[in-house]
Amino acid sequence: MTTLQPPAAATRPPTPPPAKRDRRSWTGWGFIGPFAVVFAFVFLAPIAYSIYLSLFRTQLIGGTTFVGLDNYQQALQDHQFWDSLARVSLFLLVQVPIMLGIALLVALALDSGRLYGKDFFRISIFLPYAVPAVVATLMWGFMYGTRFGLVSDINDAFGVSLPNPLGPDLILASIGNIVTWEFVGYNMLIFYSTLRVIPHSLYEAAQIDGAGQIRVITAIKLPAIRGALVIATIFSIIGTFQLFNEPSILQKLAPNSITTDYTPNYYTYSLSFSGQQNNYSATVAIVMGVITMVIAYVVQLRGMRKGA
Amino acid sequence: MHMNPRRLLRGLALVSALALGATACGGSDDSGSSSKPVSAKDVDAALKKGGNLTVWAWEPTLKQVAADFEKEHPAVHVNLVNAGTGNDQYKALQNAISAKKGVPDVAQIEYYALGQYALTKGLDDLTPYGADKLASKYSPGPLNAVKAGTKNIYALPMDSGPMALFYNKKVFDKYKIKVPTTWDEYLTAARALHKADPKAYIANDTGDAGETTSLLWQAGSRPYKVDGTKVTINFSDAGAKKYTAVWQKLLDEKLLAPISGWTDDWYKGLGDGTIATLATGAWMPANFATGVKGASGDWRAAPLPAWTAGDKASAENGGSSLALPTLGKNKELAYAFAEYANAGKGVQTRLKAGAFPATTADLQSSTFQNTEFPYFGGQKANKIFADSAANVASDWSYLPYQVYANSIFNDTVGKAYVSGTKLTAGLQSWQDASVKYGNEQGFTVQK
Repeated sequence: MTTLQPPAAATRPPTPPPAKRDRRSWTGWGFIGPFAVVFAFVFLAPIAYSIYLSLFRTQLIGGTTFVGLDNYQQALQDHQFWDSLARVSLFLLVQVPIMLGIALLVALALDSGRLYGKDFFRISIFLPYAVPAVVATLMWGFMYGTRFGLVSDINDAFGVSLPNPLGPDLILASIGNIVTWEFVGYNMLIFYSTLRVIPHSLYEAAQIDGAGQIRVITAIKLPAIRGALVIATIFSIIGTFQLFNEPSILQKLAPNSITTDYTPNYYTYSLSFSGQQNNYSATVAIVMGVITMVIAYVVQLRGMRKGA
Repeated sequence: MHMNPRRLLRGLALVSALALGATACGGSDDSGSSSKPVSAKDVDAALKKGGNLTVWAWEPTLKQVAADFEKEHPAVHVNLVNAGTGNDQYKALQNAISAKKGVPDVAQIEYYALGQYALTKGLDDLTPYGADKLASKYSPGPLNAVKAGTKNIYALPMDSGPMALFYNKKVFDKYKIKVPTTWDEYLTAARALHKADPKAYIANDTGDAGETTSLLWQAGSRPYKVDGTKVTINFSDAGAKKYTAVWQKLLDEKLLAPISGWTDDWYKGLGDGTIATLATGAWMPANFATGVKGASGDWRAAPLPAWTAGDKASAENGGSSLALPTLGKNKELAYAFAEYANAGKGVQTRLKAGAFPATTADLQSSTFQNTEFPYFGGQKANKIFADSAANVASDWSYLPYQVYANSIFNDTVGKAYVSGTKLTAGLQSWQDASVKYGNEQGFTVQK
């Protein structure tokens, strides 16, 4: 009688899990299988292989040896690498705000509805993006030429002597100009498409409140495209850190202005294709990848927090 | 569908591991190259037996040589592959050697790039094949080059580029400028020409490693000393000072056209008098005839200006050889082909097609020396080239990693062409970068 009766619920033996549970269902894996295979081969395997490569060193004399993290240590002290990173960082700080600013202005202008020939304007701004980077760079390279092309023609026609856009002092700005030309349209399209999905009722409410165009832009449009702005900024950061086509093509036209370690990507390319230092090249690529990821991630975190 | 994903994943892991493993091992270069002599009998037997021979070369005249060789030895099939010109082919060859797969039996290698392969045991020493018996056939420059700083012979010289000064006679006549015989006169001529016509320059130069090293060679500078894996690099000897003294003035006074070689602008400049001279190898005439057709009759050849009046020293610019990669097969056939092309009947075939010989007998033969060049207004230019070939100082050596060093020439010396950096400072930083790379690659490099 005094026996303490445990709560009924506890006495009840736990319901045995359904028999099926014992054999885990693999159906889900079957669905992601094809993706997993492709992902493993084209994404994970190259990264794994690069990391593997970066642990070795192959010398013309002495062959291949395992060196552990020596290559990473070398990369962290490699002034050629840090100089090139500083160069693209400078590029990032100057060129990206200019490019995004122009793209934003154009997007707002298109969205304002006050533009005549809007469709034509939009497509012509976007068109440079459709030109392959190699072609665009060649085209601009010929225009920059002081012995041929536009700059030389202007010099001849007006009897002036413009500074050489392919000279060592101006070459970075010249590359910035090409990249801006190429990507304003692309960024404009991101901004513009975001602007188009703002509910029209907000504009009507603003109108009722007596807000002018400027107020509409600062209070409605800009907050609405903050997300797009962050995305565009991240794309631009990645694009800038990966700068390669423009300098490598202009190098042929201005061999003494662009060094083979001009940007981090160009440096890794030179290391493996001229210097046969594939291992070190892989190391630099990994370090650069990590740096890019960290910066992009920080920008994303900050951008999103402000938006919240 | 019933599929065992665990097995799938395991298989996947296995495949990836295999893929990694397959590419991972490629380094050790201890492939035993036999050093026992190969007799002429062995070669004959191999030729009779026949087989396939893979030759990597971009030299156009070899096509006919290969066809003739096959005709003479019907059992042999020559597979002539153009694996790229110069640097592109070296990359492919280096990759093939690293992978130990797809290595050609015979490869064309330029003199300046030979050291890299010779020192890393990538090429067979041809002495056991009897190449030492051919040595006396070749002029000193190319012969020294194929030894790559050793006593062995790593390749058979195919052509050579003894330097000469090509000049646009029309331009010199128009402004009544004397054709320079020394580099000091060259500087004077450069000033006079640019003053007379601000659009005309004595030469084009945007920094060319091959040109600079050749002129240093001629000036008596020996920046590279190679003894096995011990290397010394020094760009501050007396010869280098002679070169920088003249070239710095040419740069400072902007007397060199900022046009890179082999560009459209360059061909145009050679044709219209913008570029008045070109100091380069004797292989140039064929390029003039095809690339600068419009200026036919305007140009002449002259001996390379001297660094001190009366000095006849010359240098080589360009030229290449045929070598036998260690990992290639069919060694006897390969050597037979290289010998046929570069010391046998192939030489005449290639000369007829416009190649410039490396063989002394051909350089000295009267038919060769008396050949009139219609492009040069009927000038017997080969006399000048043959003299130059005989006067090439033969103690020059390139770096065992000259291909890489040349690729960073514009990063370092190039600064002197576009900014206030002095040429000596540029050469100094080229030296430093080359020393650094050499040490990283396992050489013992000193300044």
